[in-house]
Amino acid sequence: MMVFIAEIHSGQLPYNLGVTLIRVATSFLLAMTLGSTFGILLGRDQSLDKFFDNWLIIFLNIPALVTIILCYVWFGLVESAAIFAVVVNKLPNVVVTLREGTRVLDRDLIEMAESYQFNKTKTLCHVIWPQLYPFVIAASRTGLALIWKIVLVVELLGRSNGMGYQLHLFFQLFDVASILAYTVAFIGVIQLIESLILKPMDRHASRWRR
Amino acid sequence: MNNLLIDIKSKTYPSAGRVKKVCAIENLRFSPVRGEFLCLLGPSGCGKTTLLHILAGLDKDFQGNIEWSNHKQPDPRIGYVFQQPRLLPWRTVRENIELVLPPNHSSESIQTLLTILGLDETQYTFPQRLSLGMCRRVAIARAFAIEPDLLLMDEPFVSLDAPTARRARNLLIDVWSQRPHTVIFVTHDLREAIMLADRLLFLSASPSTVISDIQVSIPRNERKDEERVEQFRNQLLHAHPETADLL
Repeated sequence: MMVFIAEIHSGQLPYNLGVTLIRVATSFLLAMTLGSTFGILLGRDQSLDKFFDNWLIIFLNIPALVTIILCYVWFGLVESAAIFAVVVNKLPNVVVTLREGTRVLDRDLIEMAESYQFNKTKTLCHVIWPQLYPFVIAASRTGLALIWKIVLVVELLGRSNGMGYQLHLFFQLFDVASILAYTVAFIGVIQLIESLILKPMDRHASRWRR
Repeated sequence: MNNLLIDIKSKTYPSAGRVKKVCAIENLRFSPVRGEFLCLLGPSGCGKTTLLHILAGLDKDFQGNIEWSNHKQPDPRIGYVFQQPRLLPWRTVRENIELVLPPNHSSESIQTLLTILGLDETQYTFPQRLSLGMCRRVAIARAFAIEPDLLLMDEPFVSLDAPTARRARNLLIDVWSQRPHTVIFVTHDLREAIMLADRLLFLSASPSTVISDIQVSIPRNERKDEERVEQFRNQLLHAHPETADLL
C-alpha cells in the first residue's frame, strides 16, 4: 500500500497507466470498428464468408506472441507497429462474434421494416442495431480483457514506457511490492470501466426484456 | 371502380437441397373493388401467405402483374398484419406505431387508434410484457396507423381464444368502417370469413387458383347474429360443394 501511494506521488504510475490506457483505447476502437464492419459483411455475404472462413480460423489461433514479434521485426520498434500487433490479435474475435450476430438477425422483422417502407437509416437504428447490440457488448467485454493483456506484452517487448515496460523493470529488480501496486491500479481501472460504461450499456440493452 | 388487378401467372420456389421445386401459385387472377373487404380461404400451404408477400412487394420473384389503376399517389400505402405480430421488442407499443409513420405525423391520430383498440394504458410498455392478443392488436393498430390503401391481413386472429377473437373482429370492423379501404384477409375459418367479408375467394391447394368467388349477402348489422352466419354457411356449402373439401 505504501508503495502504491509512493508510486502515485512520484507520477510514475499515473504516467505509465495513462500511456497504456491510450494504447488500449486506440487499439480497442480500431479493432471494434474494423471487426464489426468485417463481421457484418461476412454475416451477410455467404461467398465472402466461405472465402475468409479459413483465414479467420488461422488468425484466431496464431499465438499473440508471434504476431507481436513479427510486427516489430517487419515494421520496427515503433508505436504504430505496437498498435497494429494488438489490433491483429483482437480483430478475428470481433469478426467472429459480429458474424454470428448478423447471421441470427430476424428475417421477419426485416421483412416488416421493408413492407412498411422503412428507409436505410431507420432500419439500421431500430431493427438491425438493437439485435447486434448484445453481440457488440460481448465483443467489447472479451475484447477489453484480451487487449489489456496483449498491450502489456507488446510494451514489455518493444516499448520504453507503459505498464508492461514498468512491470518488466520491476521483474528484473524482483520488486514484488511495485508489481502488486501496479496490479491494484490495473484492477481499479477495470472496475471503473465495467461499472461506468459496460454495466449501464448492458442495462440499457436489456431493459425491454421480461 | 376496380383499382387493383392481381394477375399472377406463376410463382415457383426453386429447388433447395432435397426439396424439389414447388409451384405455389398458378394463374391466379382476381380484382378487389376499392373499399372492399375480401377474404381468401384455402387449405393450409396453398400459397396464401406467398400471395400476400407478393402483394406487399416483399417477393418480387414471380411471373405476372400487380396493377393499380386510377391511383393518384405514386406508391400505394400497404399495411400488413403478419401471422405473428412482428413488433420490435425493444421499442414500446407507442414507438412501434410511431415508427411506421412519417416524422411529421399527428400524435392525436395515434392516440385515437390506441383508445379504440384499448391500448391506452399499455402504450409505454414493451411488447414482450404483453399477451399475444394485445400484441396482435398493436400490430393491427400499426397497420391502420399508416391509413393504408390496401390492408393485408394474414390470419391475424389465429390462436386467440374465442371471446378475444370475437372482440378483435368487432374492433377491426369498427375501425375499418370509419375509413373503408380495400382489405385482403386470409383465414381458415369460414365463419370468421362470413362475419367479416363482402366477398369470399376460395383458393385451391397448391398451385393455387381461384375456385369460387362468392358475395356475402348478409347485411353488416346482422352479422353479429351467429345463427344468421351459420345459416349462410350451410347454404354456401350446399350450393358450392367444391368449397367443402378445401376447409
